[in-house]
Order: sequence, then structure tokens, then C-alpha cells
Amino acid sequence: MSTTVNDHRVRKSVTVAAPLAVAFEVFTAQIEAWWPMASHHIGQADCAAVLIEPRVGGRWFERGVDGSECDWGHVLAWDAPHRVTLMWQLNARFEFDPSIETEVDVRFTAIDANSTRVDLEHRGLEAYGADALAMRESFSAPSGWNGMLEHYAEVAMRIGATRG
Amino acid sequence: MKAALAQANARRFAALGDPTRLQVFALISRAPLSVAEVAAQLPVSRPAVSQHLKVLADAGLVSLETAGTRNLYRPDTDAVASLRDFIDSLWDVGLARFKLQAEKVARERARPLRSAHEPERDARRLPDARAAAQRKEKR
Repeated sequence: MSTTVNDHRVRKSVTVAAPLAVAFEVFTAQIEAWWPMASHHIGQADCAAVLIEPRVGGRWFERGVDGSECDWGHVLAWDAPHRVTLMWQLNARFEFDPSIETEVDVRFTAIDANSTRVDLEHRGLEAYGADALAMRESFSAPSGWNGMLEHYAEVAMRIGATRG
Repeated sequence: MKAALAQANARRFAALGDPTRLQVFALISRAPLSVAEVAAQLPVSRPAVSQHLKVLADAGLVSLETAGTRNLYRPDTDAVASLRDFIDSLWDVGLARFKLQAEKVARERARPLRSAHEPERDARRLPDARAAAQRKEKR
């Protein structure tokens, strides 16, 4: 996996041994199967699924086991199975905040029939810089930075275990 | 950058890995506090609190600010400002997990198709496909 960073943007690329259509489908329709923050979902209820309505303007939201829904953002571009661009509107405390506008742009390129390159860019991160106070508060929130770090460590260990 | 970030995160995890330190960190996250103020809220001596704060400071999680004659500890703004670093790490983990899941789904879908059409060859091919996938993951 390669990484490029500047102040306001994160770029990642990964190659997966899966056909283009599978890569796109898993990324967009099975988010809850790979999203690393399952315990840091934003709703009150346990998260049942994270859903993207497959069209421009479609919602990107989380559905709890009790049927309640919480927005994460919406779809800016939809070109299955080649590209999806999402407006990510979660703040530093992992709460929906319509004033936070960051974009997650993901491109899928077939290398051959059974492998796909995925290029991800998460941009507009300067949106977080405007709210320094909220970021400080994020330290004490259970789902904040603190919890994220712990969860990150846990997930990293789980991946390590999976790979033996 | 990636190695440096991983190292910084590892230090943070280690620093927060101690239950008392996590409590100290949670307290000063709510409001900047002096060593004495932290010690008053926890069943821990002042020297012990100082030691915990030093470990948190070394990990880049807290910093010292002076308000008049008081020395107050608070979350390190650089660490907070590196939310971008966190998002960077988040996508690292996210894409690693996405890769595992996409390849699992790809293998599951490849298997029944092959066994339906070529049951005998499937038995020979499957270990190779798995080995290839594993080789790919190790890269």
C-alpha cells in the first residue's frame, strides 16, 4: 500500500486480488464488513449496516439494529464500477455535522480479470482545522480520538492475527 | 511518513495502555489541570501523577502550559491537530481490511463456479489460488 500526504489530503492506493466488480461492490455495499470503526458508529443503536444509495445525491448513512438511521454524508459522483465520490460529513467526534465537508474520492482500475487497483483520496481535511475547540473536546468523548486510537490498535492487531 | 506515523501511534497506544494514565488523560482532556488537581481526583500520589504525565507528554499526547504561577497540563494541540494523521491511519486500516474482505468475496465466488464446471480440476487449482492470494498479501 502506498501513501501520499499533504496538509489537507490523504491519498492511498491498494491492489486487491479481486475482479473490478467485486472490489467496487465490497467497497460500496459491504462497508460494515471492512470499516475499521464498527464500534465507533454514530448512532445510539448498534450498527446493522452502512449504506450508500447508488446514485448522485444518494444518502450515505448508517442503519442501527433498531432501524434508526444516521447520516454520514452523501454521494457526489457514482460511476459503477469505476468510481465513487462521497461527501464525508463526520466531525472529529464522529458525529454528523453538515458544516464539515470533506470528500472521499475512490477510483477502481482493473489490472487484469482478477486484480484491481484502488486509489483513494480523502480531501478537504482543512474543514477540521476550523474547529480547534471541538477537536480538543474530541479527546474526552468515548468515540473521540482517544477511543479511535485504541480501536485502531485493536484492529491492527486483529489484522495481524488474521495474517498469522 | 508512514513509518513515522506508525511509530507515533504505537507510542500513543503504549502510553494510553495503562488504566491510570488513561484516567489522567481523560481528566485533563476535559479541562487543563495541575498535577495536584489531577492527584486530588484519583487515588494516586502527586509524584505518580507527574510520572504518568511525563509518559503522556513523551508520547506527544499532552503538553504543559503556564497560567500565571500555575503549571497546567492539557492535550497536546499538535496531536489534536494531527486528526489528518488519524484519518491517514484510519484509511490504512480500512483499506487493509477492505482488501481482506474483497479477496475473501472473490475467492468465495470463484470456488462454486469452478467446482460446478470442473470439479476435478478445482481440487488441484484451489490450493494454488490460495497460495497466490497469500503471496500477494505478504507483498
